[in-house]
Amino acid sequence: MLEVSLYRYNPETDEAPYMQDFSVDTGGRDLMVLDVLELIKADHDGSVTYRRSCREGVCGSDGLNMNGKNGLACITPLSESVKSDKLVIRPLPGLPVIRDLVVDMSLFYAQYEKVQPYLQNPTPAPAIERLQSPEERAQLDGLYECILCACCSTSCPSFWWNPDRFVGPAGLLQAYRFLADSRDTATEDRLAKLDDPFSVFRCHGIQNCVNVCPKGLNPTKAIGHIRTMLLNRAT
Amino acid sequence: MLEGAPRVDVRVMRTISFDGVIVGGGGAGMRAALQLAQSGYKTAVISKVFPTRSHTVSAQGGITCAIASADPQDDWRWHMYDTVKGSDYIGDQDAIEYMCSVGPEAIFELEHMGLPFSRTEEGRIYQRPFGGQSKNFGEGGQAARTCAAADRTGHALLHTLYQNNIKNETVFFNEWFAVDLVKNQDGAVVGVIAICIETGETVYVKSKATVFATGGAGRIYASTTNAHINTGDGMGMALRAGVPAQDMEMWQFHPTGIYGAGTLVTEGCRGEGGYLINKDGERFMERYAPNAKDLAGRDVVARSMVLEILEGRGCGPNGDHVKLKLDHLGEEVLESRLPGICELSRTFAHVDPVKEPIPVVPTCHYMMGGIPTNVHGQALTVDAHGNDAIIPGLYACGEVACVSVHGANRLGGNSLLDLVVFGRASGLFIEKSLREGIELRDASQTDVEAAGARLQTLNDREQGEQVAPLRHELQEIMQNHFGVFRTGEFMREGIAKLADLRERVENVALADRSNAFNTSRIECLELQNLFETAEATAVIAEARDESRGAHAREDFTERDDENWLCHSLYHSEGKKVSKRSVNFTPQTVETFQPKARSY
Repeated sequence: MLEVSLYRYNPETDEAPYMQDFSVDTGGRDLMVLDVLELIKADHDGSVTYRRSCREGVCGSDGLNMNGKNGLACITPLSESVKSDKLVIRPLPGLPVIRDLVVDMSLFYAQYEKVQPYLQNPTPAPAIERLQSPEERAQLDGLYECILCACCSTSCPSFWWNPDRFVGPAGLLQAYRFLADSRDTATEDRLAKLDDPFSVFRCHGIQNCVNVCPKGLNPTKAIGHIRTMLLNRAT
Repeated sequence: MLEGAPRVDVRVMRTISFDGVIVGGGGAGMRAALQLAQSGYKTAVISKVFPTRSHTVSAQGGITCAIASADPQDDWRWHMYDTVKGSDYIGDQDAIEYMCSVGPEAIFELEHMGLPFSRTEEGRIYQRPFGGQSKNFGEGGQAARTCAAADRTGHALLHTLYQNNIKNETVFFNEWFAVDLVKNQDGAVVGVIAICIETGETVYVKSKATVFATGGAGRIYASTTNAHINTGDGMGMALRAGVPAQDMEMWQFHPTGIYGAGTLVTEGCRGEGGYLINKDGERFMERYAPNAKDLAGRDVVARSMVLEILEGRGCGPNGDHVKLKLDHLGEEVLESRLPGICELSRTFAHVDPVKEPIPVVPTCHYMMGGIPTNVHGQALTVDAHGNDAIIPGLYACGEVACVSVHGANRLGGNSLLDLVVFGRASGLFIEKSLREGIELRDASQTDVEAAGARLQTLNDREQGEQVAPLRHELQEIMQNHFGVFRTGEFMREGIAKLADLRERVENVALADRSNAFNTSRIECLELQNLFETAEATAVIAEARDESRGAHAREDFTERDDENWLCHSLYHSEGKKVSKRSVNFTPQTVETFQPKARSY
């Protein structure tokens, strides 16, 4: 039996959040944390609430805090997350909780939208694709794969303090994804919009984002590139 | 009324009005929405998940289209030939012609929007070989026609479409769930009843055009590559509203789902040179498909795998799977072309494909059937004389639609093309219709109440079974009775089990009666949609007494063109099956005549 402690909060009935314990029969298998949540919802308490979709680590629905570390429940095995025979599951930190493990991601998405996460190039497109060399395309590797799970931004102390003004690691990773794209022509405008004391420069290189990214991406490195571009622009 | 159970009260229910409302935020829905938003019409997308969580995100290998990058001589007519052959000749040739000829334009648009395709040395879009592809109408050998962004093409596509919808200020109702269609006194569709999952508020979303882009329903099976959210919501809503379902017996079992986990391993692995082996290490596809080998049609490969297993040449202690060998491709190719597969294999199979083969087994993957539509996405039914009749106000595109470009078996890479081309086509047609003026009579209070009845019944019920065991039972019935190989007697047993299950599913009870983010309520509504989809599949599969494409009968092993070179239609009222003609009249090329299908 696995001892699981879940963060519970229903705004309609609970004055404050609380932790609820469940003993889950895993049959000795090294399940994923999401499988454990599914067992709890099916066999113990149908009101337990969380998001999930693809169950293979590509949709980004089930970012959670498991024994203190952010990650995706569907690709985090018990063997990696359980400590001292116990699994404590909490919502991603720093965002308002809607219910149980479901957080309100509006601020996170607002920061994503702020960086204009779409290709900008006003020159008329050719009849076929815009050409891009494999080397130019390789600049996007490690950037475009982001799944917007928010594990990074919600592990970032700077984002906790200023979620309305610091773009955060996920948004900045996407900002750089378009700055780095040889097909995008809005570099100057993009940099101008980021050039203030908060949007980028609140990053203090703590690297929690790198540590938790379930896709192995490196937002800190991308932020470093943006920083350099901003500094070069200023001189 | 029970405490906490919200009333679906039309007197106080809000009505929100749009020119076009799209149900579903996957590739098809967002492509349709983008087209409409760009036209300036008031457009909304209702999505039960944040759009980039939709199942399109899981598509891996690519999007098949004759853009003439890998082969400058490539021709969309060759792609059309392959698709018609792949469909086992019940794909509609006018629709396939449209998809293959318009495809390149639709792909270049995606690239211009920013989709990060992989590239060739010339700077063009990288294309890889996929199953069932040929040059020169099957005479010129294997083609490489699948445009790829590494093995994350669906992710790249879905995020690009979402980003461009942000740019065009599409209105999104994210984490809203469409419950049922609202029809007016003329039988026209005039919107949907929808729940805001976060608050539990129920509203009437009124629209001149309602587009279903709700995706597939792979969760009717116990073992599936599909996301948890693929619950056939559009099929359920359509069948309850009396819309027929077409070709629902045609379910694709993807050859390479990871054994045990069900997660997908792209056909692109075999496109890049990987191949399947049995317990003796033999490349068995050489025996079943001497020319195309591991790149034969998916139905052919899946059946060959099952035969290997049944004949005792399966791998593992139970001999119940085969293996996909990739290590000979080398680490560099695997990490650059198939990085996502390496990741999935390590996570779910505990196998590093650089060193060892991946255990795989055919796994439910794709619904070829769906709501019958024309190439403009208009939903169709049949009139009293058996002629096609347009259902005013209702459109469908993507996996939930059956236009039909896939017929009895879909080729790899054609689903992404289908959803982009027909999402776009639906948007274009609705834009034109709106400009010409759409006049539909308003729904009455009774009409709206009728659409809210199912939700009201669920909210009111005090006694009943829980959703999880019922869903499990349904999935087991479908897995056991309607799998890769089927027999009449066994299917009839399955149908009887489903008939017993229906009332229990209709009487499913809520484990949770609150309003805020009540996923228990959504799961109950989804279960009823799964059930409708499953029953349509079962009844229609039993009726088609031949073997064609993905529908393989042990008691009718041959294709029967005399009786079954046609679509099958399931009518929920009376659970009847009828036949509908396949289109054999493309506009610019000669008809591809049915012939024996071999690879």
